[in-house]
Amino acid sequence: MKASVIVFPASNCDRDVAVALQAVSGKAPEMIWHGDADVPDCDLIVLPGGFSYGDYLRSGALAAHSPVMRSVIERAHAGVPVLGICNGFQVLAESGLLPGVLMRNAGLKFICKDVHLKVERNDTLFASAYKKGRTIKVPVAHHDGNFFADEETLKMIEGENRVAFRYCDERGEVSDASNINGSRNNIAGVYDKTGKILGMMPHPERMISPALGGEQGLPLFRSILDRLH
Amino acid sequence: MKARIHVTLKQGVLDPQGKAISHTLEALGFNGVEKVRQGKFIEIELSETDEKKAVEQVEQMCKKLLANMVIENYDYKLVS
Repeated sequence: MKASVIVFPASNCDRDVAVALQAVSGKAPEMIWHGDADVPDCDLIVLPGGFSYGDYLRSGALAAHSPVMRSVIERAHAGVPVLGICNGFQVLAESGLLPGVLMRNAGLKFICKDVHLKVERNDTLFASAYKKGRTIKVPVAHHDGNFFADEETLKMIEGENRVAFRYCDERGEVSDASNINGSRNNIAGVYDKTGKILGMMPHPERMISPALGGEQGLPLFRSILDRLH
Repeated sequence: MKARIHVTLKQGVLDPQGKAISHTLEALGFNGVEKVRQGKFIEIELSETDEKKAVEQVEQMCKKLLANMVIENYDYKLVS
């Protein structure tokens, strides 16, 4: 599997995700600087977590217009799978590749902790190694993770079965109490229409070995490898 | 020419920051604060001297970058 990780100024999970990709595929991804005009031919593009451009203006807004994103958008439209984690999700939403927007957490605080997620689908290339409806534990670390979309867009997202993960409790119950940041319908991750673009606020790359507290993020990377191998 | 741009949240979009400001104003003893909405103010100096062209430019700037049309509205004034 040939993966490209896009590195923006102030990305800070680029190495973590590179380690995760190498751990499952045995091959280090290419690291692509945001100022590069082209993303090389690859099977997967990852937009990592971090605070690109210092979160100036809006989280992800400036990165969404950086030179490399033109190439990312082109490749995404051509069918290359794209995974955006945390800040990467914010960039995908700002670039229009995914619907909605990530607003300031409803509680106004930066949230850094392990949370539970319900896996809503396992028929995509990102989640085939999970059981549908399973609860997984992965960390979040964000200030702007409050997913918002207007009623019409939300209806479309739900109607087209485009929710990837929802915040839930350890028993898998999706409720207001388990909604850590005020996201509409507890949405923690969302797909594009084709299921080939995934944006998610939680960090699966930080849960890939017992030394990190668990391995429940690993199946996401294994799913990708299985499909793209 | 200068463009003075306000970017504000659309009606119906929750504004927890505005709410927090409102609570603190109350705590400071300011009575009668009914609602606070927080936004952004951006000032841009333009080399364009033609007002019509400047309007077109600023419109594009707002739509493409300065406001996220999913949650925000914009409003501006040109001053020479």
